[in-house]
Amino acid sequence: MKAVVIGCGRVGSAVAKGLLADGWDVTVVDEREDAAVRLGDGWTGGFLVGHAMDTRVLEKAGVADADAAVVATNGDNTNLVIGQVLQKRYEIGNVVVRVLDPARATFYGERGLHTVCPTQTAISVLLDALRPTAAAGAAEAG
Amino acid sequence: MYVLVAGGGKVGANSTRSLLEMGHEVSLIEQRPDRAALLEDEFGPIVTRGDATEIYVLEQAGIARPPELLLAVTGDDEDNLVISQIAKDGYRVDKAIARVNDPRNQAHFHLLGIQQTICATTSILGLVEHELPDHGLVRLLELQGEGLEIVEVQIVGSSPAAGSRVGGVKIPEGSRLISVFRHGRTELVDDKLVIRPGDQVLALVHRDSAADLRHALLGAG
Repeated sequence: MKAVVIGCGRVGSAVAKGLLADGWDVTVVDEREDAAVRLGDGWTGGFLVGHAMDTRVLEKAGVADADAAVVATNGDNTNLVIGQVLQKRYEIGNVVVRVLDPARATFYGERGLHTVCPTQTAISVLLDALRPTAAAGAAEAG
Repeated sequence: MYVLVAGGGKVGANSTRSLLEMGHEVSLIEQRPDRAALLEDEFGPIVTRGDATEIYVLEQAGIARPPELLLAVTGDDEDNLVISQIAKDGYRVDKAIARVNDPRNQAHFHLLGIQQTICATTSILGLVEHELPDHGLVRLLELQGEGLEIVEVQIVGSSPAAGSRVGGVKIPEGSRLISVFRHGRTELVDDKLVIRPGDQVLALVHRDSAADLRHALLGAG
């Protein structure tokens, strides 16, 4: 199975390494050449320097026959546009897009794009972490 | 008309000024604080400070009314695309015009449902084409929704169509010769009109057949 990972930051690089370990054929795209450092010495997948808004870069990365794509650059709107291009133009079956803004993640999520929002996850986890204390306080007061 | 302008750079600010002068109601969004302060000095309370790709900022600026027209004219193509999509899909804004800064991104706008775009680079190149002699086929106007173009063709002595009646020139299906400009005058085309070297022929053609039309009128050269 073939996957393309757009953006080689903390998230993109770690996802790419995980996919490779799971046996995927992985190519990573990032604007900056030095981003490849995050993939480590043992990286045997592909790495391409370029902007993923450029279809020539996407095609060189092999999106035409990719089964999955993860889009995690540091720009929400860039991710939303590239994710839709991968879904609609290249018809990749499984496209996952990282979006930091919960409102936009929900908006596009409701319209058929698989968005993942770490901010929303953090909010939920933080609230869950505080709930036992609140419950204990309420029990004490009650 | 109520217009929402996203992006208060040169394009957004000048559009706002013109629209206000024409008597329209405008709401303008600008993210950079220094730029927004300047715009507030000139336009007053119609300016909203913030990132126009944030849904709550769009709502503050009045997208929910909704505007009859949205201009997405920031300097960032991804932002313009997302703003237009949110407006059309989320708030039923009928008409959205998006600025394309990098012409290579044009196809993304069309793919993602934003048909009305403006690209300064493409417009300038169109003008350059028009000024260049011997270019053959010049695109004057693109009707994007219809997939049609109005083009101008300069007939030369070696053109296969030179000396032929319009009715005898085999042009691609769905295209039509409109008029011929010669000796400072424009003549509307009928089948009997003979095409001559020096003629500037105006034609309506489907985007996909433009190359075939060029070939029919000018040959392979």
